[in-house]
Amino acid sequence: MTPLRIVTQLLEIAAALIAAPAFLGWVNQCRAWLQNRRAPSVLQPYYGLRKLFGKDVILAENASALFRFAPYAVFGTMVAAAAIIPSMGTGLPLSTAADAIALVGLLATARVFVSLAAMDVGTAFGTLGARREMMVGFLAEPALLMVLFVAAMISHTTSLPLIAEGLTTRALALYPSLAFTAVAFTLVLLAENARIPVDNPATHLELTMIHEAMLLEYSGRHLAMMEWAAALKLFNYACIGFALFIPWGTGTEAGGPAALMLAAPLLALKLAVAGAGLAVVETLSAKLRVFRAPEFLATAFLLAVLGLLVYLLLGA
Amino acid sequence: MALTRWWSRGERLAGKPSGALLAVEPQEWLGVATDVAAAGGQLLALWATRYPDCSPAALVRAAYLVDGGLLVAQLPVADPAHRYRGLQELYPAAARMQRAAADLTGILSDAADRRPWLRHAAWAPDQHPLSAPPPIPAAPAVDDYAFVRVEGEGVHEIAVGPVHAGIIEPGHFRFSVVGEKVLKLEERLGYVHKGIERRFTELPLLDGHRLAARVSGDSAVAYAWAYCQALEGMTGTAVPPRALWLRALCLELERVQNHLGDLGALGNDAGFAFGLAQFSRLKEELTRAIGATLGQRYLLDAVVPGGVAVDLQDQAARTLAVVLARTSSRVRELHAIYDDHAGVRDRFAGAGRVEPELAQRLGLIGLAGRASGQGSDLRVDSPWPPYHVITPKLCMRRDGDVAARVAVRFDEVEESCRLARALLSELPGGALAAPVPAAVAAPLGVGVIEGWRGPVLVALESREPGRIHRCHAHDPSWQNWPVIEHAVMGNIVPDFPLINKSFNLSYSGHDL
Repeated sequence: MTPLRIVTQLLEIAAALIAAPAFLGWVNQCRAWLQNRRAPSVLQPYYGLRKLFGKDVILAENASALFRFAPYAVFGTMVAAAAIIPSMGTGLPLSTAADAIALVGLLATARVFVSLAAMDVGTAFGTLGARREMMVGFLAEPALLMVLFVAAMISHTTSLPLIAEGLTTRALALYPSLAFTAVAFTLVLLAENARIPVDNPATHLELTMIHEAMLLEYSGRHLAMMEWAAALKLFNYACIGFALFIPWGTGTEAGGPAALMLAAPLLALKLAVAGAGLAVVETLSAKLRVFRAPEFLATAFLLAVLGLLVYLLLGA
Repeated sequence: MALTRWWSRGERLAGKPSGALLAVEPQEWLGVATDVAAAGGQLLALWATRYPDCSPAALVRAAYLVDGGLLVAQLPVADPAHRYRGLQELYPAAARMQRAAADLTGILSDAADRRPWLRHAAWAPDQHPLSAPPPIPAAPAVDDYAFVRVEGEGVHEIAVGPVHAGIIEPGHFRFSVVGEKVLKLEERLGYVHKGIERRFTELPLLDGHRLAARVSGDSAVAYAWAYCQALEGMTGTAVPPRALWLRALCLELERVQNHLGDLGALGNDAGFAFGLAQFSRLKEELTRAIGATLGQRYLLDAVVPGGVAVDLQDQAARTLAVVLARTSSRVRELHAIYDDHAGVRDRFAGAGRVEPELAQRLGLIGLAGRASGQGSDLRVDSPWPPYHVITPKLCMRRDGDVAARVAVRFDEVEESCRLARALLSELPGGALAAPVPAAVAAPLGVGVIEGWRGPVLVALESREPGRIHRCHAHDPSWQNWPVIEHAVMGNIVPDFPLINKSFNLSYSGHDL
């Protein structure tokens, strides 16, 4: 284990923790601009977190230990996920611990904790949200796995850093299979991160919520952890997308520290473009009826399968 | 025809033009209701009034909209303990009005449902705020309300409100659902009961319009005008033409303001925040123009007894006309966007459908009624000055879903902009207000004005000079709240907020 690998690993985790709220703030800013509104500062999510960390926690009388533990578990899994996703460098010592399939499992673990915690207090909204979250989850996970399989078959490995490295160092070629899976991945990203058209992160209508409904009983630092974890999840998904579809500029081990230095501004650029794109999609769509979500995710799965077939038939 | 008998027997009613007051005997009470229903009429309002140390001890009045007129049937109740015949079988909307009358005055109907409606736990069952003010309880008792339970495999309840996740008025909604499907919804309202009708009795007769304008803030002009119409009828005041034209202008501006706000909010509830931003901007531009020209952003104190308290100079009238023309053309563009957007259309179409037959049976009125094929608009059916000159167009749809209620709003915004500009271009000169005599010629006056939500009724009664004995303010929400319970049946739970918003009923105007 070289010092560079350790530095890369620490840098990646720190960057994820610090940049995730800013990425969310950027998406919100773009959304506001696109709707002809005056935008909040890109730092607004940090102010929100600081406010929540400064507040007391109010717990429901019947909240169990699970309810108190869940925010840390969810936050922890998201940090662990950030540690194995190559956002700036591919030389990640921790990535040998978990491959892309384990990553999906890691994200599922977070989902199970959020859903259990939502049902723990026993309010109608928490259960409603948990039920819908599980529905979205079990439809989104196969699609995400399919997407990862296509990339894994091209690179002959399930390790995310190696996939990214393989795709970067290979001679520039067009992969029709990856084009299909990129669309599928975008649909999964929207559904998994509670974005429009599947969920509305800005709504105040408790009956329509999915993700927010599960957090209604949380307050203070617990809520801050949950919100930070949600921002991390969006950041992680964006970075998975970069690793699979636009890996160029990610610092490889061979590139040394210079490549890592170059990777940071490139990541910022990618995030800026991706965030603006996300805002465009969210502004142009309306929210789907809840029962349209399966159709939406079935489309994602179908596209990912198409990508797989294209790879198997064309070998590209 | 059976109804002509009642019309010919009725006396002229002060206030609303083409209104009649009909004193009925207990055995005729149901007959009038039946004949009105047979003629396709609707119950507009039902209220009770106590007369201490008088005979009869109380009167129950029912106001019907029928044949383009207003027929008020008046039933004496000699003994307050005696139960009068309820009208809930003929008019389902009467059920809650009867329960509210029982809570406030203690006059009971013979309906089986004896649960309180406006009374939560703030006063005891044997106290009646309109007879004597109840003492303020030291510690509020726990309100125990018997909701109707739905039994069955997999049925569970979702209780929503009265405190919601957003800043909206309080109301409790009890859903019985299977999965995401709504089997039954039961509403519990009354959380914003403020004792408005009690407060009216403490105000001078010439001051009541200010409270009337605040019954439901979004219909300020409609309520204030209805109050003034009743008062001017009672005192025989002739309102100058310029004041009437300005009142109508204010009413149409209020309609446009509310429709713009609703259209934006409906887009937002469908997850289309672009719509909210655009309509909010349009509404604010119009509101600022109203503030700059009429002196009030929201026209809370525009209508006063005898006339209006606002005026328009020629230059201001031209400015307002330009803003209205611009609003109208922008709304047309946004209408095209709403119509062309697949996601928005998918959310609006088919959600919360109320078929015309159901709407007719339940007595759905106003804007929501016009979206379900109930072609009634008082400005068209029984136009009062100045609507007899500028003749509004009836905007109607038959689909009865959210899309229809949105479409009616779009049509009405355009029509109201046109009406407002017509009013501005033909604004007569002359006085802004006529003096209102102190003496009252008729003890009872009833004003009815078509507000943006539907017909608003104010029944005003004075027994001593300059004093209000009873003032009943009726919002069309009374008719339409129960219909929402039917509109959401079979829909999915997350569509309820959108369906509810498409009606956008008043809590304050209903809870009083």
